[in-house]
Parts: sequence; structure tokens; C-alpha cells
Amino acid sequence: MRIELNVNGTLHEIEVEPRTTLLDCLRDLLDLKGAHAGCEHGVCGACTVLFDGVAVRSCLMFAAQAAGTPITTIEGVTPGPGELSPIQDAFCETHGTQCGYCTPAMVLVAHALLADNPEPTRDQIVEAISGNICRCTGYAQIVEAIALAAERMRGANRPRSLSK
Amino acid sequence: MKAAPFEYSRAADIDEACAWLAADDSARVIAGGQTLVPMMVMRLARPTRLIDINRIAALSYIRNDGDGVAIGATTRQCVVERDALVAAQVPLLARAIPNIGHAATRARGTIGGSLANADPAAELPLIAITLDAVLSYRAGEETAEIPAREFFIGPMITTLPAGGCLTGVRFSVWQGEKIGVGFHEVNARRSDFAFVSAAAQVELGADGKCKRIAIGVGAATDFPMRLDSAEQQLTGSTLDAKEVDAAVREALADIDALADLHASAEYRRRAAINLASRAVADAVSHAQGKKAQRNADAH
Ligand code: FES
Ligand code: FES
Repeated sequence: MRIELNVNGTLHEIEVEPRTTLLDCLRDLLDLKGAHAGCEHGVCGACTVLFDGVAVRSCLMFAAQAAGTPITTIEGVTPGPGELSPIQDAFCETHGTQCGYCTPAMVLVAHALLADNPEPTRDQIVEAISGNICRCTGYAQIVEAIALAAERMRGANRPRSLSK
Repeated sequence: MKAAPFEYSRAADIDEACAWLAADDSARVIAGGQTLVPMMVMRLARPTRLIDINRIAALSYIRNDGDGVAIGATTRQCVVERDALVAAQVPLLARAIPNIGHAATRARGTIGGSLANADPAAELPLIAITLDAVLSYRAGEETAEIPAREFFIGPMITTLPAGGCLTGVRFSVWQGEKIGVGFHEVNARRSDFAFVSAAAQVELGADGKCKRIAIGVGAATDFPMRLDSAEQQLTGSTLDAKEVDAAVREALADIDALADLHASAEYRRRAAINLASRAVADAVSHAQGKKAQRNADAH
């Protein structure tokens, strides 16, 4: 069937089988390999994308269902080619990435969290990433990365007199 | 991990969805898909046609409905989780929802989907049974209602007729000054399926005694159960810990508890007694105006 997908602000008209998951469609048809295929049945979170700004598992949705809703993948969060988002920067600085398998999903979860709650507590960060498995188990640095990014993003666009 | 081929149709309204369902025996409704899609990719489910009801706007609502709160079948769990009306009027539901899966699955998972799926360990069937919710469905041209206690009859088995589509659920609201709720579950990791879960809602009278109580236990048996005998014994009592423990223990004495790799029948029965007692204790302190405790059962 022919569907139109809105991914990272670009409309793609593509031919998919109804059984093609959004994950396979992003990876194989649109060549967006940042959404990782881990368990493919909803357990690991590696396939997370933002569906209308909300973190969801792309392996638990068929591409046909996603038609008509804006989707953001990790490829869509950078401000420009060769640049990193503040959250990605923070992941680099705090060593929030080891093998990198879980990273795109963790970064997207952090994006959704911080868009909703610019000042999350440590517990809220832990809760937000609780559905995502990091097989390298670098959770402490991931939590640190998200806290650092939150702090920086709060500081941005504020007059210096207001920043601590 | 790829589903078997099927045809996909997105229904514009409930009439269309029901007409398609009636026309094809092996068609299935897809709502949030957070259970159905894994079943399909593992080929445990092989529907020939998926009827997508996600975009039927009329099935997504939370509204005051006389002395109850009505929730549409495709209302997302995350929406109910954050809803002020639910928090105020159906606090037990609000209390249980954060325990369903995790944020990313609650973002897609629906109220009706979880009820229709009827997993014995799922939170929503437990809450529906504990609060005597009433489910409504469409089958062909007919609309009908079923009380939750008649809807769930086995693990993943309900009395929804073939070709039926759940349309909503209605929770009656307990009126009264001093209402309190409690919910506990134990699982390997937070967000996993519960080995045992328990929910309680109490109303205390002006004298501090129990005017009304509902206690439910999930995941221990083929479908969530109510502790009817304990409720009867405890109504009118002061709900002190000893009394509650004895009543709950007796109500759970002869249950046919599930056993699997994760938890033996004996463990489930024991945990059910403890969790149900704790849920009642929490509900009492909540009704007395003390701060409700957070779920800290795991491990
Ligand atoms: S690949 Fe989607 S949750 Fe694991
Ligand atoms: S960095 Fe390796 S899985 Fe998380």
C-alpha cells in the first residue's frame, strides 16, 4: 500500500506492506538507521522515535498506522549537518555513550522529557529512561548527561542575571 | 520477528469498524497495539485483516457521566494518567495507571485495548473489577453493556462476542467524604508484568469505621478476583491491621493460584495476602487524609 510519512519534517511517499513496522520502514526504506532494531517486540526501547513529540516504540506500530503524524528520529534532532543537539553534546561529555546501541533512543527519550519538563528531578529522569535498556549498563552517566543537558538548556536563552 | 501478511484498514467511525469486523471472522481490531503487535511479530496472532480504530475520534474521551466517569476505548493510558477528573473522581485508577508498562507504552496503549486483552496480570482489568466498572461494546448493529465481573472469564478470555468491539468503560464514583485508595504490585522490575497485584478502595464513616470497602487481587488467578467475603467481614469494622489480615487471609485461603517460572502458587497466595492487606492499610490512611505511600513492593 502507498502511504505518506512525515519524518523529520520531510514528506516521503512510499510503498509498504501493511505488515512493515514503522521501525523497518524507517531503517530499510528511508535509510534512517538511527532507530535501532533490538528486540523487535517492545522490550528494549532501542527503536524509540518521537511520534508527535512523544516517545514511542517504532517496532510496536505498523508504518501504515503512522501516516499523517509527524515523526522525529535521531537524525532529526541536530540543529545542522555535523552539529549535535545540547542533549547529544551532554552525552558525549559525560560518557553517556559506550557501545552506542541504546544511545539514539535515550537521547530521544531525553528530548521528550525535557520538552515536557525542563527541570526534572533525578527520579523523573530515571523514570523516563526506565523503559530503555542499556546493555553496557552505563545508566549513571546517562542520567548525568540528561541532568547536564537540562541545566544547560534552562540556562540558554535566559538573561545572565537570571541564571545561577 | 516479522508479522505474517495481513490487510490493513483504517476505520473512519465505529459503524465502519463493526461492519468490517462482522464481514471477516479472522479480522482483529488494533488499538494501541502494545500487546497485539508483539503477538503478531512472534506469530502468536495471525489476523488476516487489521481494523485500526485509533483515528476514531468519538472513541477517545473522558467525561463526567452522571454519578460516574466514562472513558472511551481508545483513550490513551497516558491521557488518563494525567487527567484531573480521573484523579479527583476515580483515584484508584489514577493510582494504578503509572504501573502499566512504561511511559513509551502508555503513550500508545489504550484503556479499551488492555481491558479487551484481559491479561490476568494487567492493572486495568483489576481496577475495573475492583470498582465494578461497566464495559460497553458494539457488535454489528447492537450496543450492549457488561459488568466487569461478567466480562473477564479466563486468562485473555472475555465474554465480548465475536465481532464485537469495545467502545468504552464507565467507572462509578463513590460519593462520600472520606474515600481512600491503595494499590500494590510486585514484579521483577518496575514496569514488568505483576506477579501479584492488589487494589483497595474504602469509605470511612464519621466514626472512622469502614462504611464500604472493595478489595481486588490480580495476577494470582486466571482473571482478577474480588475478596467478597473479606469485604463483608470488614464492613462496619475499624479496619485494624489484624482484622484486615485475618479477613484477607481467609478470603485467599482456597484460591487456585497461578504458578510459573517466576512465582509459585504458594508464593502468589502469600504475596496476595500481604499486598491486599497493605493496599487496605494505604486506603485507610489515604481516607484519613494521610499522604498516600508510593509503590515500593519490588524486591
Ligand atoms: S526494538 Fe522496539 S522495543 Fe526493542
Ligand atoms: S551504550 Fe551500549 S547499550 Fe547503552
